[in-house]
Amino acid sequence: MTVSADTGAPPAEFSDAPGRQLALEMMRRMQRVRLFEEATIALFHAGELPAMVHLSIGQEAAVVGACLATGNADYMTGNHRSHGHPIAKGANLDALMAELLGKATGVCGGKGGSMHLADFSVGSLGESGIVGSAIPVATGAGLAAQVRGTDQVALCFFGDGAASEGVLHESMNMAGIWKLPVIYFCENNGYAVSLTSEESLSVPDVATRAAGYSMPGTVVDGQDVLAVYRATREAVARARAGDGPSLVEAKTYRFHEHAYGLVVSRPYRDQSVVDTWFDTVDPVTLFHDRLIAWGVATEEELVALHSSVKSEVDEAVEFARRSPFPPPEAAYADVYAPSPEETR
Amino acid sequence: MTAARTRVKQLGFLQAINRAQNEEMARDERVILMGQDLRANVFGAAAGALETFGPSRVRDLPLAEAGSIGVAAGAAMAGLRPIIDLTVASFVFGAMDQFVSQLAKARYMFGGQATLPVVVRSALYYHGGTAGHHADRPYPMFMNVPGLKIILPSTAPDLLGLLKSAIRDDNPVLCFEDANLWGRKGRGPIPTAEDHLVPLGRAAVRRPGTDVTVVGIGLGAFLAEQAAEELSADGVSAEVIDPRTLVPMDWPTILESVTRTGRLVVVDPANRTCSAASEIAARVVEECFASLRGPVIRVTTDDTHVPFSPALEKQIYPNKDKVIAAVRRALAG
Repeated sequence: MTVSADTGAPPAEFSDAPGRQLALEMMRRMQRVRLFEEATIALFHAGELPAMVHLSIGQEAAVVGACLATGNADYMTGNHRSHGHPIAKGANLDALMAELLGKATGVCGGKGGSMHLADFSVGSLGESGIVGSAIPVATGAGLAAQVRGTDQVALCFFGDGAASEGVLHESMNMAGIWKLPVIYFCENNGYAVSLTSEESLSVPDVATRAAGYSMPGTVVDGQDVLAVYRATREAVARARAGDGPSLVEAKTYRFHEHAYGLVVSRPYRDQSVVDTWFDTVDPVTLFHDRLIAWGVATEEELVALHSSVKSEVDEAVEFARRSPFPPPEAAYADVYAPSPEETR
Repeated sequence: MTAARTRVKQLGFLQAINRAQNEEMARDERVILMGQDLRANVFGAAAGALETFGPSRVRDLPLAEAGSIGVAAGAAMAGLRPIIDLTVASFVFGAMDQFVSQLAKARYMFGGQATLPVVVRSALYYHGGTAGHHADRPYPMFMNVPGLKIILPSTAPDLLGLLKSAIRDDNPVLCFEDANLWGRKGRGPIPTAEDHLVPLGRAAVRRPGTDVTVVGIGLGAFLAEQAAEELSADGVSAEVIDPRTLVPMDWPTILESVTRTGRLVVVDPANRTCSAASEIAARVVEECFASLRGPVIRVTTDDTHVPFSPALEKQIYPNKDKVIAAVRRALAG
């Protein structure tokens, strides 16, 4: 794939005024993820981050295309590489950035940090630093929607590394037998830290495994936000109709190291190739060029959108910086929920 | 008139579980029941549930312990109150990550956004030739995990009341049921109250005494009472305390008792090292040191695995004689 803009008429989704709004929203959310992550890099170099971060740069189209296919009331779980998931689901950036700095105003009060973001107000039921561990949680959220008879769905993000975890099998099997409204969304970025997906997976495509659970499996170009949106929307429609779960696999790229700043002594991928990805498979640039070629947006509009998101991110950083740290007693809060009087 | 006719009708363990589940499911439609072999009622703890509450709220689980616990966590975060019947307590090991990383930590890590009202029931099947893979008593491992509550009732009325409280609690509660109490040992009068609730975190003093405190957990509470009865013939007055809840532990009741008696024996069917008994002993030594008049003694299962052969198995567990010997040692100190 190269950055060569499509020409001609815009796709059906973007052809009318609401469609144009959708296209701009896709770009806005991809920029929110990208610029948030770039701000995170700056904070890392400034020594302001208390811990390592796992960046979604390169995977924005997969993250945003999937999230935009769901609604605010739908559930979602993520993993360690998960700043992008709540952002794409519409979470407030101030509270996310404050969480990365361990501040009291963080979305988890500074108790979760980068790998354990959650924003229940947008359906984000949390991320799991333990790879694959949140997959059953999303499955359970889907079960709750089914038992309560709502039309909610659960979007379950996991990576190619988690595809080797046993709970994925257990979860997809349960979703298959009970026809749960769950979308298992694999962001296959090619590497579980240093192990290539070719070496860790018994099949070329994780999506192939869907057949084993009586659900459709689709492989999609994870650098193409519209393609991801279409594939996920189809899975969401199927789930809402009561027809059960789906597996969508987005083939994507992790532009940075597993964790930003991690130095791997023995290279496992060709850095000269990785260095070309920003010019060849950058989902933000690809979408930018297509929007212009399709006549869906102008360069000026996209520049304005970029600078408005940049301000939002800058403000989030400032908010996080000026926020206080939690008081020591916060370390002991929320271990337990308050109990009803009669059970105490 | 036969003796059987005059005997007060007793509540059994399985009846207690059925009654608790049925009452709470009728009370709150968010409560769902999932477990292995529920429809066929193989373990006897789900009689009539499917017929009463339907297949959406009563589900047979495939053999997927980790997935089951994680699914319960997710369902709880999305508004349900699942009861999971894991059947055999040794089956918890396959689900350890989901217990610890999700069920116990989600509320804390997410700054209080998540609420996880999940009850996980499992039975302690030791003493009966089930051997290495089915006879574990793993509750102390979970006492080491903040965020979980743990109940271990030794009588059926307590099981009824604690299980109902557990289902109403907004925290994950692990309910361990000592299968050795399922027969006559664990029976008790049928509670007549319509809503028989036993609060979590409150111990029961089974027998008042002045010379020594004997804390007994699960079958250990029964053994402690047996030992106390026998010791009373020798003029030893043993106070027997059944914690009933291991997390949160009723420390005031235990500490007050030891402060009075000056002596402590703890009877715990768990393996010795880092058992519930170990924690109780440590806490008592820390907080009642000045009152102690003898060594604190643990009567536990020995640190070995459960052997299959009937010639080998019984010796490793606490029994009445070991409790009596321990009390004598504590008194001699």
